[in-house]
Amino acid sequence: MTHSCLVRHVCAALFAGAIPIGAHAATPADLQAAYGALSGTAAAPDRGQQLFTSRHGREWSCSSCHGALPTQTGKHASTGKPIAALAPAFNPERFVDAAKTEKWFRRNCNDVMGRECSAAEKADVIAWLRTLK
Amino acid sequence: MNRRALFHRRSWVAVLSLVASHAAFAGDDQRTPGATLLPKYKQECAACHVAFPPGMLPAYSWRRLLDNLPHHYGTDASLEATTVNELASWLSANSGTYKRVREAPPEDRITRSAWFIRKHDEVAGAAWKRPAVKSAANCAACHTQADQGDFNEHTVRIPR
Repeated sequence: MTHSCLVRHVCAALFAGAIPIGAHAATPADLQAAYGALSGTAAAPDRGQQLFTSRHGREWSCSSCHGALPTQTGKHASTGKPIAALAPAFNPERFVDAAKTEKWFRRNCNDVMGRECSAAEKADVIAWLRTLK
Repeated sequence: MNRRALFHRRSWVAVLSLVASHAAFAGDDQRTPGATLLPKYKQECAACHVAFPPGMLPAYSWRRLLDNLPHHYGTDASLEATTVNELASWLSANSGTYKRVREAPPEDRITRSAWFIRKHDEVAGAAWKRPAVKSAANCAACHTQADQGDFNEHTVRIPR
């Protein structure tokens, strides 16, 4: 599935055709629901945490840059640049744009796991991040 | 003139030429102030690293980097084609053309340019390895105004 096609799927799941494709504004709950609908399974926050904090046969985990508890500023594992908090309760800019969310999942899952993440995995991760208050 | 006086005179010449070279560098910095950076460039590229001034690499280095974003120094930095094209035209128009930037550095790394190495030859080897610095590409660790495109030596604070 291509990137734009996946974004279209997420948007379709998000807005059920009510809003034109290209309007990506969303809430973290919307995006979790959209990925959940695509996967056909209920999101599990504990699975999301497990995925986020573990390494998957490569050098980095998600936590390598975002921190084990991404409620605070993280640090890029290679460049050292600060990365603003990922948990949406601590950073209102997170998971409010479907295209941006897709872009970062695509690239970072590739860095961490050597493949794209499934819709179920994305829903799990967002579900876990939403539990952090 | 005795030896001591001659030594002093030589020292002053050395100091003055050092000041002159830094002044020239400060002048170059002003060609690429942060305010003129393409918003898309800041948004996409400065998410992971400082927004390197486009004039610090020649056009073909930028082109090669943009052609290889899925394999960008060990990370997947892929972008949609429309974004890549937008960045390509802006980087090409603003790339370095003056003498010291004309040649592509090894691996298209700014930090391996001859001018970069020369400008940083006073920095102790151990300073680069400090946890707060980590990488020579982490300009902002010492250049406190790097995110504004200001690399003037007066704003340098090397972390202890």
